[in-house]
Amino acid sequence: MTATDAARDGGAAPVRPSLHADVEVARGEQRIAAAFDVEPGHPLAIIGPNGAGKSTLLAAVAGLVPLSSGHVSIGSRAIDGLPPEHRGIGVVFQDYVLFPHLSVHDNVAFAARVRGSARAAARAAAEPWLERYGLADLADRLPAQLSGGQAQRVALARALAADPEVLLLDEPMSALDIEIRDEMRAELATHVREFGGATVLVTHSPADAAALADSVLVLEAGRVTQRGALDELRASPATPYVERMLAASPE
Amino acid sequence: MARTTAHAPGRLAWPVAVLAIAGLAVLVLPIIALIVRAPWADLPELLVRESVIAALVLSFGTAIMATAVCLVLGVPLAALLARATGWPTLPRRLLRAAVTVPLVLPPVVGGIALLLLLGRRGLVGSALEQWFGLTIPFTTGAVVIAQVFVSLPFLVFAVEGALRSADRRTELAAATLGASRWQVFRHVTLPLVAPGVAAGAVLCFTRALGEFGATITFAGSLPGVTRTLPIASYLAMQTDPAEAVALALLLLAVSIGVLLGLRDRWLPGVRG
Repeated sequence: MTATDAARDGGAAPVRPSLHADVEVARGEQRIAAAFDVEPGHPLAIIGPNGAGKSTLLAAVAGLVPLSSGHVSIGSRAIDGLPPEHRGIGVVFQDYVLFPHLSVHDNVAFAARVRGSARAAARAAAEPWLERYGLADLADRLPAQLSGGQAQRVALARALAADPEVLLLDEPMSALDIEIRDEMRAELATHVREFGGATVLVTHSPADAAALADSVLVLEAGRVTQRGALDELRASPATPYVERMLAASPE
Repeated sequence: MARTTAHAPGRLAWPVAVLAIAGLAVLVLPIIALIVRAPWADLPELLVRESVIAALVLSFGTAIMATAVCLVLGVPLAALLARATGWPTLPRRLLRAAVTVPLVLPPVVGGIALLLLLGRRGLVGSALEQWFGLTIPFTTGAVVIAQVFVSLPFLVFAVEGALRSADRRTELAAATLGASRWQVFRHVTLPLVAPGVAAGAVLCFTRALGEFGATITFAGSLPGVTRTLPIASYLAMQTDPAEAVALALLLLAVSIGVLLGLRDRWLPGVRG
């Protein structure tokens, strides 16, 4: 039984592998380096100011930008030599980046489709995901006709329907209106828990980190400046940035 | 209202306005003359003449073939051009220049160049004849090749413009979902630029349909084989002007139909 089947049956969360990354990436003049291990069911938040290299780091793990050096592995499987389509990593992109020419249904069915299922079979396989994420009524809509919250659900369903071993979320809340953020954050936390695999989240919001992640890694100007649980950061902030960020956000 | 117009900053000085209207007249009056002086009464008889039908069938057949070839070769070429932004300056500019040349080159020069390449004693043509017994000039195939040469840039630039404005992250998203490079191109890139491809194909078709100079130089004017509508119209002007005008009207009708079909999507690539 695959992980997808287990998830669909609503059974116990399947045992999934951990993610190990120790990577260095060049972005123009800047070098971004970080090492982290993420256990399944214990999401990590990468937090930092704009331009710190958070999204680049995530893209490097997903194989979307090349590494200068380092390695990435899922469980005992080294994946840094693999192209993104063979890594088994699901990504929820900033602004979600849904396929604008495909309906919600076909967006969620995309992974099955490119893995060789016929269109009808891929669409049938997507149906449980649409149900689960409350998208059944929106199945025929195009992405342009969705609210931010609906688009987030589609992005998540699309990524998880590919049955990834690892889930990466790049600023998942930033495209949402401020009024619905708290509600959507709680919903996303539930879905991430249900996924149960190793999950990495990029954000600049301590509130996102608190709701969605067990531990935090602070990235400033391409370097890791602190890591630990949010409470530990609060107790002894290592840099002025960490202090300011946590002061600005209520517990 | 009138006062607002009088003070509107966009209002033109009168010499500019007069010259603009003169310019417009240059463009529009010949078309009006063609429509006014057309032998409307004889049109049904003129348009079913054997020579007219032959030119019509040949023209549409070759222009459709040329458009198909342009689609097969031009969409990948546009993809290459759109991706070349990361290249060093010199090869990038050379590539762009190579695609632009047929747009600015007199078509007759294109026809001569094609003869020197594919003619019986041409660079490649002599070998084709020697080894395969294949002669290209003055065949229907030559008509298609001449049309492809002049119309390919229209398709390439239209598709390239669409590719540049498409969000490249959708391709990355497709890759993370397991799509191979070919699947990304087939399932994401191509559908995203479909409007650009359609607009480019229509422009390509009209340019091919109107092609004269390169065709008559490289393919000649054999009735039913290489005598397309523009060539037939030009030749008829010397013997039977009424038939020439009827053919011209036919070409005008197709052009206007294309213009109405395209409207706002007019040439995104060439314009930019």
